[in-house]
Amino acid sequence: MSARPLRLRNPYALYLIPGVIAFLAVVIVPFAMNIYFSFTHWQGVGSPTWAGLENYRELMKDSRFWESFRHSVAMVLAMAVIPTAVGLVVAAALFDFIGKHFGSKLASVLRACFYLPQVLPITVAGIVWSWILAPENGSLNELLKAVGLGSLQQDWLGDPKFALYSVMAVMVWVQLGFPVVIFMAGLQRVDPSLYEAAELDGTNWWQRFWHVTLPQIRPEIYVVMLWCTIAALKVFGAVYVLTKGGPADSTIVPSYFSFSTFFEKTDVGYGSAIATVLTLIILALTTVGLRFQTRSEDAQ
Amino acid sequence: MILGAIFMVLPLLIVLINALKSPADYSAHGPLSLPHGLHLDGLTDFWTRVNFGHTLLNSIVISGSVAVFGVVLSVLNAYAIGIGRIKGKAYFLAFFVLANVLPQEALVYPLYYLSKQVGLYDTRLSLIIVFSVVQAAFGTYLLSSVLGAFPKEIIEAARIDGANSWQILWRMVVPVSRPTLGVLLVFFFIWTWNEFLLPLVMLPSNDNQTVSVALGVLQGQRLMDATMTNAAGLLGALPAIVFFLLFQRTLTRGIAVGAVK
Repeated sequence: MSARPLRLRNPYALYLIPGVIAFLAVVIVPFAMNIYFSFTHWQGVGSPTWAGLENYRELMKDSRFWESFRHSVAMVLAMAVIPTAVGLVVAAALFDFIGKHFGSKLASVLRACFYLPQVLPITVAGIVWSWILAPENGSLNELLKAVGLGSLQQDWLGDPKFALYSVMAVMVWVQLGFPVVIFMAGLQRVDPSLYEAAELDGTNWWQRFWHVTLPQIRPEIYVVMLWCTIAALKVFGAVYVLTKGGPADSTIVPSYFSFSTFFEKTDVGYGSAIATVLTLIILALTTVGLRFQTRSEDAQ
Repeated sequence: MILGAIFMVLPLLIVLINALKSPADYSAHGPLSLPHGLHLDGLTDFWTRVNFGHTLLNSIVISGSVAVFGVVLSVLNAYAIGIGRIKGKAYFLAFFVLANVLPQEALVYPLYYLSKQVGLYDTRLSLIIVFSVVQAAFGTYLLSSVLGAFPKEIIEAARIDGANSWQILWRMVVPVSRPTLGVLLVFFFIWTWNEFLLPLVMLPSNDNQTVSVALGVLQGQRLMDATMTNAAGLLGALPAIVFFLLFQRTLTRGIAVGAVK
């Protein structure tokens, strides 16, 4: 309190200087350049020529662009919706079934198994899965043959009918550990007497899951859904390593579309327009999501 | 549930058994049988082919530097926002959150272009600078709320004893928040290790490549036979698994803290 009059000019503002300079150089200026490029035609050499909204008008008519966003919706399903739903059941089962009946040691070992894919570089996941899903000698096809389901063998990543589903399945595997770990941490926060009361009322496991677990860890569910949705919209490495957007664009996503437009077609203006639209969608979603989250937390 | 957990690690177990097979063993018995004898040629072939020791060193240098610089930058920002309560701190915080969710696609071409202009293209330093800032966006966001709850009495007492803000930062705030800083260090290291898009674009030469990019590029070329592919998968996964086992506690505690803040 007594120090207040001395703090008219806040000395702490000085500590923000390195951060502000660094962010200007690495985030703000490049992002502004990206927006500027999106209004130009530019091959990356020479000087950009102003094109106004032409790139954006072209994007609206570009079926690849719309297709890439349709695949984004599939990725949200694979990386946010399914992992959250499955993660809830896995976390609850690990926490109050395995944890109670077999000890917390086993529960944390199992939790580590679920989390493992999350710490691997995505390229390792890519190498492993494209080999497992390979048409010739791939482990999945070999397995199907071994159990007498040889007729189900497919070129999982090479057939446009299956490639998107295969990538989605790999992403569920990659992503599942994140919700499991967060939900298990959230469950530790829940007052055990709520479960005891529910148990005395003669409820079964599903009823307790539905009426106690879910409402209690609602904040964690919001956080996981928001972050996983953002991650799904940004997904790049997995697509690059597994399919490069193919076959026949059947797995193309906005980030891969912009990457290939930048560096393979060297159409910088168009690539920047794709990246800008993707950014706007993510920022809008984040702003809405965070507001929704704080409001629901305030309401609790 | 146990079956589910086995299913999660099964792909890596298959990779492990196939990385140890000879090509002849593989083609005779397929991917699902256990290896007939131990065969390390796939591993050594892959190691020399991508100069894996050097690649590993690149990843360690880049991720380690980013972890340190990223944490320093986060601490400075969060000190101003969380403890200094500077004017407009809500806007600064919102800005750092948005910088954190910004897709790298919207930065990648300008960063590629600018790094060429200033002569930092294809240097490890360029990636260290970029990722220190990118990671610090998350670090600032997390640490600001941690430091916002820092006991005021300690700081007031230090100030009365004549400490200036620099001394308060290094002698009180940093030591007290060491557990959170440790979590951030581990996270920044792993996240940077696993990054793919920017290293792919910024580090084209073999000499500078990180583990993640070296594996991704090899995979794209599809030049490897099955046993070498598995060797690549195994060697790529091992550092991450070792790191994960060492820091499992920190990690699981950390993502919980990060999520709920």
